[in-house]
Amino acid sequence: MSENILEIRDLVVQFPSPHGHLTVVDHVSLDVGRNEIVCVVGESGSGKSMTMQAAVGLVQAKGGRVRSGSVRFDGRELVGLSTRQLNRIRGNEIGFIFQEPMASLNPAYTVGEQIAEVVRRHRGASHKEAWRRAVTMLDRVGIASPASRAEDYPHQFSGGMRQRVMMAIALACNPKLLIADEPTTALDVTIQARMLELLKELQRDMNMSVLFITHDLGVVAEIADRVVVMYGAQAVEAAPVAELFRTPRHPYTSGLLEAMPQVALARGQPPVAIPGAVAQSYAWPKGCRFNPRCGFTVPGTCTTEPIELLSHGPALVRCARTEAVQPALLHLSAERKAPAA
Amino acid sequence: MSEPCLKVDDLRVTFDVGHGRKLQAVAGVSFDIKPGQTLGLVGESGSGKSTTGLAALRLIPPTSGSVRLAGTELTRLRRRELRGMRRRMQMVFQDPYSSLNPSMTIGQLLEEPLVVHTKLSKDERRTAVERMLDSVGLSAQFAARYPHEFSGGQRQRIAIARAMMVRPDLIVLDEPVSALDVSTQSQILNLLTRIQAESGTAFLFIAHDLAVVRLMSPTVAVMYLGEIVEQGPSERVYDEPAHPYSAALISAVPFPDPDRRRSDDRLILGGDLPSPLNPPSGCRFRTRCPFAMDICATEAPPPVPIEGGGIASCHLHAHGPKLGGRSLRPFLADHGAIGHS
Repeated sequence: MSENILEIRDLVVQFPSPHGHLTVVDHVSLDVGRNEIVCVVGESGSGKSMTMQAAVGLVQAKGGRVRSGSVRFDGRELVGLSTRQLNRIRGNEIGFIFQEPMASLNPAYTVGEQIAEVVRRHRGASHKEAWRRAVTMLDRVGIASPASRAEDYPHQFSGGMRQRVMMAIALACNPKLLIADEPTTALDVTIQARMLELLKELQRDMNMSVLFITHDLGVVAEIADRVVVMYGAQAVEAAPVAELFRTPRHPYTSGLLEAMPQVALARGQPPVAIPGAVAQSYAWPKGCRFNPRCGFTVPGTCTTEPIELLSHGPALVRCARTEAVQPALLHLSAERKAPAA
Repeated sequence: MSEPCLKVDDLRVTFDVGHGRKLQAVAGVSFDIKPGQTLGLVGESGSGKSTTGLAALRLIPPTSGSVRLAGTELTRLRRRELRGMRRRMQMVFQDPYSSLNPSMTIGQLLEEPLVVHTKLSKDERRTAVERMLDSVGLSAQFAARYPHEFSGGQRQRIAIARAMMVRPDLIVLDEPVSALDVSTQSQILNLLTRIQAESGTAFLFIAHDLAVVRLMSPTVAVMYLGEIVEQGPSERVYDEPAHPYSAALISAVPFPDPDRRRSDDRLILGGDLPSPLNPPSGCRFRTRCPFAMDICATEAPPPVPIEGGGIASCHLHAHGPKLGGRSLRPFLADHGAIGHS
């Protein structure tokens, strides 16, 4: 049994476009350990969702293709598997929840039927057993009167409750890995708080690993064991959660933290924006993709050759000037800590 | 004391949803905004905060109540009279992709309010457009280009520029940064702060993001199910909330620091937002309030003045623990971490 439940290596995903083939995931590698919660954080267009979708064979249907790379799940290679083979794993050993629960639920079936279907299909359970499992799962995700609620249709549930139903479907077959793509982004903050508590509790109780995709560093700090930061289709930093927040090593990670309103409030200063706009796949900058927005850019060093992801202490960093920028980033981190104390 | 720029009294907005059913989206809201100041209006989806903003500008008709802009009662104005007032109150919407007409150039978009509301010559208008583009950090050459050529952040600059063209007394900003990436949203927040300092325009800043609202607003009003449950100086409301809903909302926001995970001191709310078609009797928050008492089901709590400024509408101040206008914090600490999910 390998140590990691999921190992993604050098994954490259491309989509055809009028500008030629766009590389939306560019040599991304990431690991999810057993019983570990890994957060992938990034802004729109960073490739965080595409990485996850490509890993489980969901980009082909959208016209994309995995150009190269490897995805090993529980010791098995997923790249190259047929849809039929993938279907035995997806929804069974790998569960999914997405941002918009209403788009993922079938409005014409009761939620009980939708949970039971998964159990019948993957576990060969009888109708009766599957229904019992559905009611158990609804109870497990905190839905009151689960036996009668199982007979209700998705539209009879609120947004937060629908996301719990999605969770019940995702976890019905005791998956080894849960992939959650912005599952709380569409929810109100008080509902999000409850959802995150539930997710942590279920992760512990069911011994599963979680790959959690989000744009919100607050959510990352709340639930992650380890974090991968993406920018411009690449992983730019990966580190254990405490390390990433205490000593971010990539100027983009530090910039994202500095731009957060909460950080500005803690310091009593205006938020510090990252200048310019997020890099786009049809025009990746040469060299470091963050270089046009970075305060530490040196022409030549940062602007010509692709930058490699290298190990620095407990972290992996894609920056040509890691040593040089570290004192400045450490200074900012120390300042962020001070007002909070 | 100067006269308020905007004074809203007991504003109500009721929608007829058919079959004799009425939906009271705004149920008696009062607040005022001084010239050049910002009031933050915060609440979750369905709280009525956007409807309040639209009704304050008479973009939807208020059912009852009073709205005064610089002393002029807006609710009784005839259409022609209202048109004259439109120059003095503008709006910026959440989605800069749908709020700018895609068939007009940036120049035309910015010029249009001047054509409608002023007698400026063509040359004067062009000069004003160029000056405004410059003041929101965009090149004057952009005047000939179309909205689709711009990023989300740039479009929001254009929307703000368009609102500012007629030098309004008040701008209602409805979630102006929530469609933007974190790295760019603070560019817009800082721009708004600068524009307000230069022009003395008052803002009604509506958002669901509590940190953003605090950053932008020295005073804040918290809405729940059509009512303002608490308002006052932001520092007092955020640090010493006097209403359980404000306390829950504030404690639900994840903080970007893994050493300060909120799980321990979080006030978790049970249940969901009740239907506004059939709001709870007495206090509208009582069905989700961990401290609800008998009186909460029968009597609507009156607003109570709070130590440190502002008001809160909660029976805890006169009954039960009789907080008498003091912060809820010590009371919450006595009750330990209150969680039920």
